Amino acid sequence: MEKFQKVEGVAAPLPILNVDTDMIIPKQFLKTIKRTGLGKNLFDEMRFTKEGAEIPDFVLNKPQYRNAQILVAGDNFGCGSSREHAPWAIADFGIKVIISTSFADIFYNNCFKNGILPIKLSQCDVDKLMEDAERGANATVSVDLETQEIKGPDGGTIAFDLDPFRKHCLLEGLDDVGLTLQKEEKITAFEDKRGADQSWL
Amino acid sequence: MARTMYDKIWDAHLVDEQDDGTCLLYIDRHLVHEVTSPQAFEGLRLSGRQVRAPGKTLAVADHNVPTEGRANGIADEESRIQVETLEKNAKDFGVEYLEMMDIRQGVVHIVGPEQGFTLPGTTIVCGDSHTSTHGAFGALAHGIGTSEVEHVLATQTLIQSKAKNMKIEVNGKLPDHVTAKDIILAVIGEIGTAGGTGYVMEYTGEAIRALSVEGRMTVCNMSIEGGARAGLIAPDEKTFEYLKGRPRSPQGADWDAAVAYWKTLPTDEGAHFDKVVTLDASNLPPLLTWGTSPENVVSIEGAVPDPAKIEDAAKRTSVERALAYMGLEANTKMTDIKIDRAFIGSCTNGRIEDIREVAKIVEGKKVASTVSAMVVPGSGLVKEQAEQEGLDKILIEAGFDWREPGCSMCLAMNADKLEEGERCASTSNRNFEGRQGRGGRTHLVSPEMAAAAAIAGHFVDVRKV
Repeated sequence: MEKFQKVEGVAAPLPILNVDTDMIIPKQFLKTIKRTGLGKNLFDEMRFTKEGAEIPDFVLNKPQYRNAQILVAGDNFGCGSSREHAPWAIADFGIKVIISTSFADIFYNNCFKNGILPIKLSQCDVDKLMEDAERGANATVSVDLETQEIKGPDGGTIAFDLDPFRKHCLLEGLDDVGLTLQKEEKITAFEDKRGADQSWL
Repeated sequence: MARTMYDKIWDAHLVDEQDDGTCLLYIDRHLVHEVTSPQAFEGLRLSGRQVRAPGKTLAVADHNVPTEGRANGIADEESRIQVETLEKNAKDFGVEYLEMMDIRQGVVHIVGPEQGFTLPGTTIVCGDSHTSTHGAFGALAHGIGTSEVEHVLATQTLIQSKAKNMKIEVNGKLPDHVTAKDIILAVIGEIGTAGGTGYVMEYTGEAIRALSVEGRMTVCNMSIEGGARAGLIAPDEKTFEYLKGRPRSPQGADWDAAVAYWKTLPTDEGAHFDKVVTLDASNLPPLLTWGTSPENVVSIEGAVPDPAKIEDAAKRTSVERALAYMGLEANTKMTDIKIDRAFIGSCTNGRIEDIREVAKIVEGKKVASTVSAMVVPGSGLVKEQAEQEGLDKILIEAGFDWREPGCSMCLAMNADKLEEGERCASTSNRNFEGRQGRGGRTHLVSPEMAAAAAIAGHFVDVRKV
């Protein structure tokens, strides 16, 4: 995984509550056996007509947001299924940071495995950033994971919380499986004990 | 110290805890399906890793499989490749795979319990959010992403931080024709789709204890729709009775040892819950959803909400958007809403008891001429059982399509889907925009409510049928 770098640019506003994983990547795109190439189908049914034409009103189709790396969204973002195709599509599109008041649990986990930083903020802070985002090209935002700060277009700073282990893994681009395999002895010891105590497993 | 059931299962599976609170949890059971696993197996190949515990892993294809004409294979090329990829991966990595024509094939969350793969006190994961279903047995079960699938395949563990404990106490006795599905819809209506975020929910109370194991699976299944990582119900004699003699259940002396252990799992008296929600089942009406989120729940005696009466701007916009998508006018009585399709099946309501209830409602009646209705059993074994009981004949006689098992129109990855604008009474779990087909309109209901609506051509109060 790539190391997470500071992100600077316009933020795309998506003021919808409960953006679900079916919206993010509809099921017809889950038939792939690859991780790549899903960005073109991100938010497919909101972004394109049935015939495949762009829907001009949708935020990511507007000129100022087409290359947005930051998304500001309504509460409970990413609810629904466990499909990692959702963060794959988001990352493949180029979005690196999602800001909301809350995220669904599995989606939140999945983001970190794909170099995406989901940031939880208070309603008041999200409202402010949503307003900034609506201003488009004139209002760039920067997100610094190292210092855990978001700088708004008018110089204001918003601090955010993050689990230190997740932060470390994002910053270093670490592979979870590799990390866990360093604890192999502990896993084996656990299995041996469990096999003795609960032989039916 | 008094512990909840979640605390106990968590403690029993803790392999390691870092200073920063990050934990490594041992996984006893891993279910694998074709949609969320190909990239995980590919990851193993690329890094030269093996499946650590193939015997604790079970693979079955369910999302893409056709529900008719199955012997002819899968027509859609991408679907076929995905299913074939699972079969190949299972073979290459030594994992048991239940192939499409195997009688045991079905929706992964129906197969696990049927095979006795799902056991109390275990940790169970699957790259599928409805893994919460298995919590009905007192197993800590939740969905994971594909990167985590790879992690579990390689290490048989999962990196986790502990969730909080929530108790959902459902008191009283359910009225006739009000079901487990109505209980969970009521819970989600009450707490909202983000209400359980960060929690594991344990369901307790008289109404939960009175449910069959199958009903309990319906409740736990939709815990994820309430935002919870997992749902749990304490195992009891009904649970043991259900599991005894299943192919992968413990046998002989192991069975006795297992039951003795399982009896230690229920939450200790006085254990701390971070949040408690109480519900009275005794005056619960049949429920259904009106919108595009599972929290958009209303009584069958109620009406479509009026956005003009909602003060919060974000919520009002959200309701307006949902009504526009659903093609509904504010204040329409739910019983005046006509349907085009009825779908009975899924990991929520595709078990034998669900099909029995549907057969009872439709016996001797006919599906309305304006409705197309289908029943998709949750597994080959459910289908076989239903056929032995003659339920298929009753359903076919009433005008239902009787299909082969799979996820089918719950998420419409196979050929079963809604056309744009079609309205469906569905026993599945999600009413999201486009979930059952682009532009399709889903109303979540119990199997009895879906059956009654299929006959009437519109939603009806099943208590009055």
